[in-house]
Amino acid sequence: MTKLNLTRRKFIVGGALVGGGLAVGYGFLRDGDPANAALTATTMEGEVALNAWVKVDKDGLVTVAIPRSEMGQGVYTALAMLVAEEMDANFSELVVEQAPVADVYANIAVMKDALPFSDKHHEGEDTIGAWGMAKLGQFLGVQVTGGSSSVRDAWLPMRQAGATAKAMLVAAAARTWDVPPAEISVTNGVLSHGGSGMSGGFGDFAILAASETVSLDPVLKKSSEFTLIGTPQPRLDIPSKVDGTAEFGVDIELDGMVHAAVKLSPVLGGTLASHDASAVKDMPGVLKVVPFESGVAVIADSFWRAKTAVEALPATFNDGPAKEFSSGGILTLLEENLESEDSRIYAETGDARAAIDEAQSAVKAVYKVPFLAHACMEPMNCTAMVTDTGVEIWMPNQVPTLIKWFAEKIADVPAENVIVHTPLLGGGFGRRLEIDLVIMAVAIAKEMKNRPVKLLWTRENDIQHDIFRPAAVSRLEGTLGSDGRISAWANRIVSQSVSGSYTARLLPWATMDVPDNTTSEGAADIPYEFTSRLVDHVPVKLPIEVGFWRSVGHSYNAFFTESFMDEMAYAARADPVDFRLAHLENHPDFANVLKQLAKVSNWSTPLDQGRARGVALHESFSSIVGQVVEITVNGDKEITVDKVYCVIDCGAVVNPDTVKAQMESGIVFGLTAALYGEIEIEDGVVLNSNFPDYEMIRLANCPEIEVHLAPSGRLLGGVGEPGTPPIAAALANAIFAGTGERLRELPISRAGFIA
Amino acid sequence: MLRLDINSELHEVDVEEDTPLLWVLRDTIGLKGTKFGCGVAACGACTVHVDGEAVRSCSYPVSGAVGTKITTIEGISGEMLNPVQLAWIQEQVPQCGYCQSGMIMAVSAFLAENSNPSDEDIADSITNICRCGTYPRIKRAIKRAAALQGGVQE
Repeated sequence: MTKLNLTRRKFIVGGALVGGGLAVGYGFLRDGDPANAALTATTMEGEVALNAWVKVDKDGLVTVAIPRSEMGQGVYTALAMLVAEEMDANFSELVVEQAPVADVYANIAVMKDALPFSDKHHEGEDTIGAWGMAKLGQFLGVQVTGGSSSVRDAWLPMRQAGATAKAMLVAAAARTWDVPPAEISVTNGVLSHGGSGMSGGFGDFAILAASETVSLDPVLKKSSEFTLIGTPQPRLDIPSKVDGTAEFGVDIELDGMVHAAVKLSPVLGGTLASHDASAVKDMPGVLKVVPFESGVAVIADSFWRAKTAVEALPATFNDGPAKEFSSGGILTLLEENLESEDSRIYAETGDARAAIDEAQSAVKAVYKVPFLAHACMEPMNCTAMVTDTGVEIWMPNQVPTLIKWFAEKIADVPAENVIVHTPLLGGGFGRRLEIDLVIMAVAIAKEMKNRPVKLLWTRENDIQHDIFRPAAVSRLEGTLGSDGRISAWANRIVSQSVSGSYTARLLPWATMDVPDNTTSEGAADIPYEFTSRLVDHVPVKLPIEVGFWRSVGHSYNAFFTESFMDEMAYAARADPVDFRLAHLENHPDFANVLKQLAKVSNWSTPLDQGRARGVALHESFSSIVGQVVEITVNGDKEITVDKVYCVIDCGAVVNPDTVKAQMESGIVFGLTAALYGEIEIEDGVVLNSNFPDYEMIRLANCPEIEVHLAPSGRLLGGVGEPGTPPIAAALANAIFAGTGERLRELPISRAGFIA
Repeated sequence: MLRLDINSELHEVDVEEDTPLLWVLRDTIGLKGTKFGCGVAACGACTVHVDGEAVRSCSYPVSGAVGTKITTIEGISGEMLNPVQLAWIQEQVPQCGYCQSGMIMAVSAFLAENSNPSDEDIADSITNICRCGTYPRIKRAIKRAAALQGGVQE
């Protein structure tokens, strides 16, 4: 991975783009800001930026700037494939680098459907607040990796970037050879003219190409013309991840760098009351003690010395309002709010409430899920260097635009003097959308000016001060019609609002009470056809920060709705697959996934005594995923998860092996939560502290996973998150099939099961 | 001063004797391939070899490594990749990749002891955590590495 070197900037500006506003992609530039200026600032001697995504050097090396964070989801490779496909570059010789932070790289797809700015699923309320958030989202232009959106967002602009770059190279070759551009063909990075036999590499024309003017609306390949997209390609980042050379945030090494370790308020949200710096000032390597709002840091010449000293440092804290809360009490509070009269409706068809109240018999169930931590393998870290005039940040993060804004704010320096570097992320899962680390690191580094300060959290800091997936409770009620299908369906969800909590962290002065689609995603938008339907959410405010956790609201709503579909199937004495299919008459894409799943999992073939299977089907981030889980369960409630079958329809597939890998990953992530995941809070203090008490699936208990791709021709869907939502419901449904016991609370230990 | 033999090079380090080997490797010597994951020997991201045995260096005092031969991920990564690394690429194992140095070190020590492991042997011995859930591929890659090493008896 090439590191940006802003001191060796070289300004060769592609002529096609100067003054042209936006070369490719969406109209997100401010007036007078050439699209490729940010990338041009990173070019080396003999290299040009043909647009904001593509650089070529005189030796023909193609560098693709990736404006998203690589956290294991394969985004470097997938986005580079989009460029290489249209550019007809030689993919095996192409390199990628992290793009700088610039407006042109804003993620539009995520704004459209993942953050609170969207009104996609929300019905029944048209507030000024919602409108304002939508406008804000369009204006901000945030560079963010999340919401399983990277390929969906890049699909047009990065292919256009490749096509435009190719057209510029072709134009330069045509001018040199004095032949019409249309007579030049490009294959694997080689330009050739059939009539004259002339040929040359990208490098022969790179410098000339930069001053060519070409159409900014190039004709893109039809999918039938793709030679790279849709083929399994080895990931570009993998070689560096098997020989130890991959550079994660925690690996940053800088001249004069010092290390910071922190002690944080045991009670969530508490503040530092007092500390005694003199107690540690003579310990080895200690350079400085720095108090800040939520804790105190020791800066030392090594992390180990900083950590040893900060642990020995006497400190007291003011507890704050979370002191009044424990996780058990919170679940009770959420359950009590099932009776609240203050809910927000997210889906309503007919009068489901009346239909259920008037029915002679209705099926009712209440489900509960706990707070969860992200537990990225790379503990949270941020390296910051503050000078009198600027600040430079090295941080594994998912949202460099916000990191830049908050570094600027805390360091109190001009915006143009803020530089943010995003190295590889050792896991993200939504945790690295947060700004807490950059705020803390800059506040500490301000007290040690002109030296890079690497703030590293311990695993205990990470688990106990995570920004958690919220606990949630849901009540589901349903009635069956005389045809054996569901007639009325009512689903009330109670939880904190993730988007509300996140927005309050970004804009603490704003008091906004706006719809949050993440609370009901995967509940309000399920495909099943019912006569009447009501889905509403009761927002509960708590002094505990909650955040985006892989698949966000889908992570619990899929468990609620797909468990209850199974309960309704049982009430109807129907096979769970047949029962679902009966509610999907007008959704052939969902039915297709389910039928393929039934086939590959041998659904109709009985399993041996002691074994059982369960099914779940769920759409998230525009991809449909069906999963069948096979378990072995004994009379002592000991469970082994033997095998998971997974079918996904994510529309167009860029790198099929990455889609499979992301399904495997999402399944293990969701299964880990279902089997073990639970953050326990007592009087505002998180009781879990490290992996022994926040357990993970390991090799010994990881099931075999078989993934099938079933593209139906639907538009692009995401893949980073959609593997996670269905697995807990599929597991609970398998447990019911095997034991007759309905699991309505996670993790499984809540019902006495052991994995 | 403590004298350490790391990847067949001698280093003299001036650190407290109870400093975990991990932090000496990373911060004192500058070998960043070995990762910090938990600090309590629970996840295995910090696995290195001490006299050929896999140890979790976050909980291994540097003083205990004096007089031994320490090998890190950098030490097994020469011009040629070793069979475990090759298998890791062929099976496209890593995702975020943060745990994989430790995985590869744990597996290479394991295969040196057991050249033809069963599924049970693998499950019992490789207890490192991968949060991305690459375990199905790790299982395949271990079998492939064993075959590449020529240890598999047909």
